[in-house]
Amino acid sequence: MKFKPVYFFLAPALTAIFVFFFIPVISAFIISFTDFDIYAIGDYSKFRFTGLDNYFKLFDNQLFWKALSNTFYFVIISGPLSIAVSLGAAMILNSKLVKFKGIFRLVYFMPVVTTLVAVSIVWRFIYHPEFGLLNYGLSFVGIEKIDWLGDPFWSMPSIIILSIWKNFGYNMIIFIAGLQNIPEELYEAAQIEGANGWQRFTKITLPMLAPTTVFITIITMIGYFQLFAEPYIMTQGGPLDSTLSIVLYMYQEGFRWWNMGYSSAIAFVLFVIILAGTLIQMWVQKRREA
Amino acid sequence: MPRFFLRGFFPDEFTFIQYETLFSRLDVSRNLLNSVLISSMVTVVSLVFNSMAGFAFAKYRFRGKDTIFKMLLSSMVIPSQVTMLPLFLMLKEFGFLNTYMAILVPGLANVFGIFLIRQYVMAIPDSLIESARIDGATDFQIYYKIIVPLAMPVMVTLAIFTFMGTWNDFLWPLIVLNDSSMYTLPVALANLMGEHTKDPELMMAGSVITILPVMMLFLVLQKYYIKGIMMGSVKE
Repeated sequence: MKFKPVYFFLAPALTAIFVFFFIPVISAFIISFTDFDIYAIGDYSKFRFTGLDNYFKLFDNQLFWKALSNTFYFVIISGPLSIAVSLGAAMILNSKLVKFKGIFRLVYFMPVVTTLVAVSIVWRFIYHPEFGLLNYGLSFVGIEKIDWLGDPFWSMPSIIILSIWKNFGYNMIIFIAGLQNIPEELYEAAQIEGANGWQRFTKITLPMLAPTTVFITIITMIGYFQLFAEPYIMTQGGPLDSTLSIVLYMYQEGFRWWNMGYSSAIAFVLFVIILAGTLIQMWVQKRREA
Repeated sequence: MPRFFLRGFFPDEFTFIQYETLFSRLDVSRNLLNSVLISSMVTVVSLVFNSMAGFAFAKYRFRGKDTIFKMLLSSMVIPSQVTMLPLFLMLKEFGFLNTYMAILVPGLANVFGIFLIRQYVMAIPDSLIESARIDGATDFQIYYKIIVPLAMPVMVTLAIFTFMGTWNDFLWPLIVLNDSSMYTLPVALANLMGEHTKDPELMMAGSVITILPVMMLFLVLQKYYIKGIMMGSVKE
């Protein structure tokens, strides 16, 4: 049989993805049905299949539900808010009235390319109750000191604000492209018909942007469910576990306590949530088109 | 105590003392070097792997092509955290923990990269490839003499994405690098944070060292980066 050149081009990437992605995914699935722990790491014969035990343990554990509800809290608030901010920024940058668009676009986009760990550290100081810039600024409008990261009520909102600031530039760029694809005539026609700004926004801009918005919602949601570095750096999941996310919980169980079976089960719950979320988004999109 | 925040926005005096501390006493140069080397290695290797595969998916017919491609695309919904535990055990067996290999291996190829290259290469006319073949070019010559030069814009785009992604990555290096001399900048910074919570000036300087290189890279190549976002958002 003659060796086909196409396999030469495919082999490196496909082998790498198969060995270092697909095999681990399958292994993780298997490990999630075992009691694989620190003893098994030293000696692979020391683990047993325990069926659905890890999943039962998980659903019995208060901390897991806490992590799950924190993560949902984060995604449900951060997601729509950051998409709204992205759209707002995109519309401002797309309007004819704004000058120096290039500079604004650059400045708005900057946070996206920064290192999350580094900006989390900077924001930790911004949120400092005594010396932080935020409380300093708020003191001018008469708002009393808020213990942003130390108060279980404010800790998650603090992380939400940081992540909106960090991420909105990315979706803004996609929205700008979407806005530029809307034919100018639509707006002109609407204007002649006497539609006001709000009507033009809800009857033209939003429907025309719908496909873009679905795409953005999916990628934003997938990213936000993987919340990790912000709570790891700023709060270590505290106070009172108020910022413990699914991935942080998975990391702690797997790589601090080496409960690998249990931790794999957490990872699969995350996977199922993301998959379900994606399918729902796609279903909404299909229904809209039909 | 950080006087900085008490007195107002601007500091009383400017000094480079924090940077001196970071580079001399805390040996951040080692972490900077790690970050540069790891990010460059991952970028170069994955660019070769992804561009070859992207070319194959764009311009060849082979058995199972559509099935494989669909499988790859659907795998993008699996979060990388799922793979981390088995991958950790695997790398431990290979003796790769705490080495550059631990970061390189999972980054050798990725679906997003293959997809990006494929989209771009599909637009290159087949006639170019055919005429090269008539002139006696081998498949590999077609790849690196025609496809690679023509696909250079998308390769640059992918290179920035990969470099920045690897540079900014935190969770995976945190897991597989546990010797402070092997840390990348974000991991080193997170570690410093634990010891120097009361030293904002030092931490700010560390953050600047971490962010500045990628920011410069972005400023120089922003056109390509922005294009990449658009291309990534184009649906099939």
